[in-house]
Amino acid sequence: MAEERRPKQCTVVLPTESMKAMAESIGVGQLQEESCAALSEEVSYRIKDIAQDALKFMHHGKRCKLTTSDIDHALKLKNVEPLYGFQSQEFIPFRFASGGGRELHFYEEKEVDLSDIINTPLPRVPLDVSLKAHWFSIEGVQPAIPENPPPAPKEQQKTESTEPLKAVKPGQEEEGAIQKGQGATSAEAKGKKDGLMRMKPRSTHELSVEQQLYYKEITEACVGSCEAKRAEALQSIATDPGLYQMLPRFSTFISEGVRVNVVQNNLALLIYLMRMVKALMDNPTLYLEKYLHELIPAVVTCIVSKQLCLRPDVDNHWALRDFAARLMAQSCKTFSTTTNNIQSRITKTFTKSWLDDKTQWTTRYGCIAGLSELGPDVIKTLILPRLTVEGARIKAVSDGPVVSNIDKIGADHVQSLLLKHCASVIAKARPLPDNVEQYRADYGYLGPMLCSHVVKARAQAALQAQQVNRTTLTITQPRPTLTVSQSGIGGSGGSRTPSIIKVPSSLTLMSTRPGTPTQPSPPATKYIVMATSSGSSSTQQVLWTAVLLGGIQKIALFGKRPSPYYGKNNSNKQREITVRHYYKT
Amino acid sequence: MAAVQDGQLNMEVEKDIKTEITNDGSGNINANSSSPGSTSSGGKSKSPAGSGEDQQTLLAVLQFLKRNKLTESVDILRREAGLSADADDSPVSDSAGAGSGGVPNVSADGGDANSLLSRVSIATPVAPPATAPPKVVAASGGEDQPDVNVVLSAYSQQGDPVLYPLYYNGLKKFIESVLDCHRAELSQVFYPLFVHMYLELVYNNHENEAKQFFEKFSGDQECYYEEDLRILSSMSKKEHMKGNETMLDFRTSKFVLRISRDSYQLLKRHLQERQNNQIWNIIQEHLYIDIFDGMPRSKSQIDAMSGSLAGEGKRDANKAKVFYGLLKEPEIEVPLDDEDEEAENEEGKPKKKKPKKDSMGSKSKKQDPNAPQQTRIPLPELKDSDKLDKIMNMKEATKKIRLGPDNLPSICFYSFLNAYQGLTAVDFTDDSSLIAGGFADSTVRVWSVTPKKLRRVKSAADLSNIDKESDDVLERIMDEKTASESKILYGHSGPVYGISFSPDRNYLLSSSEDGTVRLWSLQTFTCLVGYKGHNYPVWDTQFSPYGYYFISGGHDRVARLWATDHYQPLRMFAGHLADITCTLFHPNSNYVATGSADRTIRLWDVLTGNCVRILTGHKGPIHSLAFSPNGKFMASGATDGRVLLWDVGHGLMVGELKGHTDTIYALKFSRDGEILASGSMDNTVKLWDTLKAFDDVELDDFTAATGHIHLPENSQELLLGTYMTKSTPVIHLHFTRRNLLLAAGAYNP
Repeated sequence: MAEERRPKQCTVVLPTESMKAMAESIGVGQLQEESCAALSEEVSYRIKDIAQDALKFMHHGKRCKLTTSDIDHALKLKNVEPLYGFQSQEFIPFRFASGGGRELHFYEEKEVDLSDIINTPLPRVPLDVSLKAHWFSIEGVQPAIPENPPPAPKEQQKTESTEPLKAVKPGQEEEGAIQKGQGATSAEAKGKKDGLMRMKPRSTHELSVEQQLYYKEITEACVGSCEAKRAEALQSIATDPGLYQMLPRFSTFISEGVRVNVVQNNLALLIYLMRMVKALMDNPTLYLEKYLHELIPAVVTCIVSKQLCLRPDVDNHWALRDFAARLMAQSCKTFSTTTNNIQSRITKTFTKSWLDDKTQWTTRYGCIAGLSELGPDVIKTLILPRLTVEGARIKAVSDGPVVSNIDKIGADHVQSLLLKHCASVIAKARPLPDNVEQYRADYGYLGPMLCSHVVKARAQAALQAQQVNRTTLTITQPRPTLTVSQSGIGGSGGSRTPSIIKVPSSLTLMSTRPGTPTQPSPPATKYIVMATSSGSSSTQQVLWTAVLLGGIQKIALFGKRPSPYYGKNNSNKQREITVRHYYKT
Repeated sequence: MAAVQDGQLNMEVEKDIKTEITNDGSGNINANSSSPGSTSSGGKSKSPAGSGEDQQTLLAVLQFLKRNKLTESVDILRREAGLSADADDSPVSDSAGAGSGGVPNVSADGGDANSLLSRVSIATPVAPPATAPPKVVAASGGEDQPDVNVVLSAYSQQGDPVLYPLYYNGLKKFIESVLDCHRAELSQVFYPLFVHMYLELVYNNHENEAKQFFEKFSGDQECYYEEDLRILSSMSKKEHMKGNETMLDFRTSKFVLRISRDSYQLLKRHLQERQNNQIWNIIQEHLYIDIFDGMPRSKSQIDAMSGSLAGEGKRDANKAKVFYGLLKEPEIEVPLDDEDEEAENEEGKPKKKKPKKDSMGSKSKKQDPNAPQQTRIPLPELKDSDKLDKIMNMKEATKKIRLGPDNLPSICFYSFLNAYQGLTAVDFTDDSSLIAGGFADSTVRVWSVTPKKLRRVKSAADLSNIDKESDDVLERIMDEKTASESKILYGHSGPVYGISFSPDRNYLLSSSEDGTVRLWSLQTFTCLVGYKGHNYPVWDTQFSPYGYYFISGGHDRVARLWATDHYQPLRMFAGHLADITCTLFHPNSNYVATGSADRTIRLWDVLTGNCVRILTGHKGPIHSLAFSPNGKFMASGATDGRVLLWDVGHGLMVGELKGHTDTIYALKFSRDGEILASGSMDNTVKLWDTLKAFDDVELDDFTAATGHIHLPENSQELLLGTYMTKSTPVIHLHFTRRNLLLAAGAYNP
């Protein structure tokens, strides 16, 4: 059992090629293979020795990240002069390049123009250390204040909803074993342990006065008339970690709200409510599965309802349908499992009402939007085969006698929707010669328009591919701390028809979520680095360590950058190597 | 092995080792390091032992300087000491000639050491017997290479390298075939045997065989030896063995195993039948087998105790009597009738007004049979301010909340913001009015957490203008202009790893990477003394609960006991095999506990300097220690995320608290000892029911005699609560006098 945790310790030695590379960098040309081997062993040993001592400093520094200062101290311990000048900020963009049979890890050093540094204004002085006290626990109970973590982490919410019998008390880790509850609940915990009472523990949903106030404020702001307030409220819903206990209330609020406002054809309120759903989904600390039975009907209503607004000919309820369809697609992606089968159930629902001849154009539009958001596969299997039929129907409306303006508008929207979604899918699936006649034969009335759209889509794709290629060359690894801020608010105007709906910014945001099919997933892990290392000996030196530590577990790296800003600064203690837990068993 | 020497000489020792480790004999370093030491040792020869002793020391120093070709220093020293040029040659050649150089020197020192004993002594490591030699030998002899070779030479006896795996495999087969009851015990042999066989192979330049041997059998070793194995695996050449501390530890200290007589006989018989001399030699030379009569121990019993760098502590090592009781509190006229329990302030005097708590009073009236004599070590006299503080303490104690499983403490968390990962140590004063933080940028910061601001004493000129007879003179001497919530103390030149307030809140100690311990005044907010003695990073320092004394320990593996008014250590506790990572005074101030990276805890007697307890069982470096308020129990936390509970009197492990997932940096018992709080790098504070933990342990005579313990299976029942921080590792915990728990750590965004 011990083997797999110890992957061949004694064989972790620097490759001899590194020795050669390093020798070359300091001007030693022809190094014998034997010398390389001898050197690499010796160097590996010394580096390991230093790394071990450096870890001591890390432990005593009460950190779990090794910093370059730890290495310096370890060197000092051995009476070796520390490596001066190796400073970096917290994150060191460590590059990997391969080519010509060689693999190189290096830290890119850019030439710095001194005048640039001199002319740029000084950065802000880092804040001074300060002390802040808060109540961590009051008589054994952790108060729900912003300083404390949310009472129930997402994993726990998930466990609770999927395995209700294995519920864990808030604040206790779920290590599999049921731990004893805090004081008052111990009896209950014991009962569970005996296995006699395998009952789901009764959970109370009491909200504190503060929470009640918060709930009131938030819901009022969300559906109120002040857009600024709404933005704040939605932001709060999307980011606040402590909403877990209020989730049932929000869920009911939304579901009831949709029910009432659909009847009253209050488009604005429906939009607001959908934006609340979006915000809830965006909140990383919430796990919504338990409330889908309320949320999904509400969302689906907003997609397919016959009428969503008072004046269907003027108001842009189409955007709401699009938005809700995206929400639906997102929740399918997140929550659909083999047990609940959300995706297939939803697909069935949409398809069924779409196939119905009597369905109104509005509903028809919603169904198609809902389906096409589910991804190219769904479009290919469900929508493409019906393009001919749908085309004929649109033709009937547009060419035929004008029955009603509403139908005309509906047909137009359905047409553009179909063109938009199908074009990209066809562009990918269909072999090249885009023949208008061929298209007409395959897709009927919509064929010619589809053809031109596909041609456009192809051109676009080619352009994008180029751009993507270019960006991978220059892109640096996105900082891990980067978080998506600002969800679904604040953006005004957009790529679509300007209207009262201010959703476009949230739409784009949604599509940047990893895994959304409409966008190629951001190339986060792949780098092609064009520049080669400058090959200064010190860089190389650092490199060895990096490679070696990498051999031990993960690659580490130092920065070597003359950094006038951080030179004397107290705060600059974060010259780090990311060898987390190298020392841990 | 009681090598008693002058402190100065010992400094030389350290320097010497340093050079030896780096193999850097360059004159510069030696000149820098040794000349101040040598001159000072010449300067103050105040030891009562007289000239003979001192001269010898001097000669040793001279010899060392000479060898390093520091003629200038030699001249200076000679002039200072008034020695003739030829005087040094004859005795030196004596000592250099004999054996490895240093031994006669040391023993000569020991000869008239008794007179020195009062001032400085190096503790005798009770076990393992050969722990100290590398240092002492290298120290007095100063001949680096030969000494290492002596240490290593035992490996030169060699068998056929190809046969090593066969030997090992043979033993493995045998042990697998014995009865179950013996197997666990005999399996203990594997690890030390593996290590020594590997080292032998490496020493004799059988590099490939060594590698193969390692690959083949390293997987069989217990997982808690992983760190050591990693170090071992990196040592693949004979050259690496020089100066490698871990290697020296393995070589010089005998690995201690506790094995029942039956099992041992089995092993012996097997090895002799097979004529397996190779293994038998290793067992004879490098292992110390502590044989006991009785039932063989079970696997879990063994696992609980093993894990340290050099095996378990020998049973005799923990036989010495430890007076773990508390000292009687001095009698203080208390205006209010209030009384504290045995926690910290066992009231020595029966209360005059109300007899309601007389059971407590009468109990404390008598001297605790387990307590040391009141005057066993001299303690500072109580000042008026101390008495006032004691009275305050007692008043507070009456308002103390009685804690228990159904009455958990409230926790107040002090987060250090904008610390940029630089917070390395925290301490609270006993009355919780001040917080001090040590930082990686070498600063020490003190905060006041009460509305009372921190003020400096006025300058001398201003002080002379003050009316000294006035009632509020103490108030008047403070400079109101300097009032602020926090003060920064500059002086160290490396990260501050240890920090400790004096009990009277007038002083603050800090220990740093720069090798010094500094004493700061909290009246003037200036540095008073820099205690130099450790030449390597000092990981921890701690004031005695009675003030005046303090202990420090660091990378040089020696813990030093100091008194604030002496610039030299009073005691040096040598014996740990790796860095001393944490230090702590026993509540009665007669003992100090040190935790180490060798995964043992040692308890040292302040009076004699002896090591009186060796506690093994941790599987990682120990980073926190705590004594229960009654002095009877101790808790320790390590990087392995486990808290172990110890009975100090019996020297036994009495509990294991599992639950943390990362290093435990903070441990504290509540004021009454009912609850243990532990804080860890995994961003949690956990509360444990210690009353129950200590009640569950049944200590019969047999257990006490043999040291076999049955740990309760499930420590989860003892866990009373877990509290997660958002992203703040908990690095210090403190119970206020009213049993409010304070926690501290740096927010790590």
